[in-house]
Amino acid sequence: MKEISLVDLENRFQKKVDSEIRIEPNDWMPEEYRRTLIRQISQHAHSEVVGMLPEGNWITRAPNLRRKAVLLAKVQDEAGHGLYLYSAVETLGADREQTIDDLHSGKAKYSSIFNYPTPTWADMGAIGWLVDGAAIMNQVPLCRCSYGPYARAMVRVCKEESFHQRQGFEIMTVLAQGTPEQKAMAQDALDRFWWPALMMFGPNDDESKHSKQSMKWKIKRFSNDDLRQQFVDVTVPQAKLIGLTIPDPDLKWNEKTGHYEFGEINWDEFWQVVEGNGPCNFDRIKARKDAKEKGMWVRKAASAHAAKRAARKTA
Amino acid sequence: MNSLFEYLLRIGDDSLILGQRLSELCGHGPILEEDIATTNISLDLIGQATNLLTYAAEVENLGRDADNLAFMRIDREYKNVVLVEQPNGDFGDTMMRQFLFDAFRKLFFERLQQSKDFQLAAIAEKSLKETRYHLKHSSEWVIRLGDGTEESHSRVQHSLNTLWRYRAELFFMDEVDNELINKGIAVDLKTFRNEYDSFVSTILNEATLNPPAQNWEFGSGRKGKHSEHLGHLLAEMQYMQRTYPNMEW
Ligand SMILES: [Fe+2]
Ligand SMILES: [Fe+2]
Repeated sequence: MKEISLVDLENRFQKKVDSEIRIEPNDWMPEEYRRTLIRQISQHAHSEVVGMLPEGNWITRAPNLRRKAVLLAKVQDEAGHGLYLYSAVETLGADREQTIDDLHSGKAKYSSIFNYPTPTWADMGAIGWLVDGAAIMNQVPLCRCSYGPYARAMVRVCKEESFHQRQGFEIMTVLAQGTPEQKAMAQDALDRFWWPALMMFGPNDDESKHSKQSMKWKIKRFSNDDLRQQFVDVTVPQAKLIGLTIPDPDLKWNEKTGHYEFGEINWDEFWQVVEGNGPCNFDRIKARKDAKEKGMWVRKAASAHAAKRAARKTA
Repeated sequence: MNSLFEYLLRIGDDSLILGQRLSELCGHGPILEEDIATTNISLDLIGQATNLLTYAAEVENLGRDADNLAFMRIDREYKNVVLVEQPNGDFGDTMMRQFLFDAFRKLFFERLQQSKDFQLAAIAEKSLKETRYHLKHSSEWVIRLGDGTEESHSRVQHSLNTLWRYRAELFFMDEVDNELINKGIAVDLKTFRNEYDSFVSTILNEATLNPPAQNWEFGSGRKGKHSEHLGHLLAEMQYMQRTYPNMEW
């Protein structure tokens, strides 16, 4: 029997990707493709779970019963997204707990937006509107990702993200139309979250080290800068609609290109936060570590009980 | 005093305060799956509170709504049992508190479905479906923790020892109940006390846990007299409504 060379396998793999055939867990795939996906999907999962914290901060103080229920449901959805994504990581042979330990040790990253604090209720509006809004831009193309389990998880996730975006925009709308205090609260939240939201799309294309290969493998469909532009184009008119001001003096409409031009992003700040020096990095990781450590005895009890049950059954 | 209003507050505040307590845990559960389950129970309870307080406001007919009742009363006006305002503690405390409460609520809603007050009966029917699931969940955890490891057994035994004294208040009755029992609206709680006790002891048995040998009873929340914990819970829950009164959110 003739041995199939690695080059042949890679060619075949690329052909499948090029003709939009989904790669499934048991299919052959280049090691680097597997590693890239494990890194990306686990970071995505961590972002969902860490992302519960800034909004969780306001559940107990939500201003009325309806807002409390909606926020609870929203944050619960994010936990669900985390679960689907951890399952998708496991199809690649990675261990869920190991990836979580990598998060806790600082080895694995997560979306840096969640390292900004949520001091006011309006931040619940800004996060839903801008952060979930940016997440939709990133995730809709991922529904066509070449890796089947990731693409399918994204289909479920995207359905819920649009509800998240709407509830956030609705909170902002109510505030923007409210008392002067409420309007100031909304503007302040937009001022604080605008630039970090633009950073969510990652470094500029010429700085982005994994982008090219990911596009070739059809993990990624659009470049960081294209997605960022799309987000700005969609979001600026929404801010106008509710009478809030985007905190960017350089923002202007370009008739020729049909796009908004916007100011320079502070990449120093971005890298500082990614490296762990943002306002809440320490607190976010501590909260996740505490949850795991405080839950250890519970996990042990559950597995000890299951083992006892199984033993009784066979006895 | 309007007895039906008072009765609705008692049931509604139990849901509200426990729902609020559980919502503190969102994002901090011991396992992601459990985080989702706890949040779900919290959501159900906040939903029940909304239904019950909306109806209470309607019955009171003084122009207040469910949010006014939920966020603008003073501590003495909350009529929940002291059990539900107890802090979350560790996971064993949270589950034991939930178990002692769910076991009561399942039996209670089963009977309240027959109420001659149709709106109350409808709320009970919907809440019962949720409560059955909550009770299954909390009973299973009590069993797992009790009959798990040595550590989990001693932790949850300690939870039982500290929470046991609060269960009797669940069966508190006074003239409010008596008036409404006569009208066929309220449930006579005495009719299922034995059933409650025997259900609880079956689960505790399976969990290899022993109720403490104490028979003094504690709690006067139904009369508006609360533990020190409620004030802190309210300070947090009412923060927005107190800081920015009369605004829409
Ligand atoms: Fe999400
Ligand atoms: Fe979301």
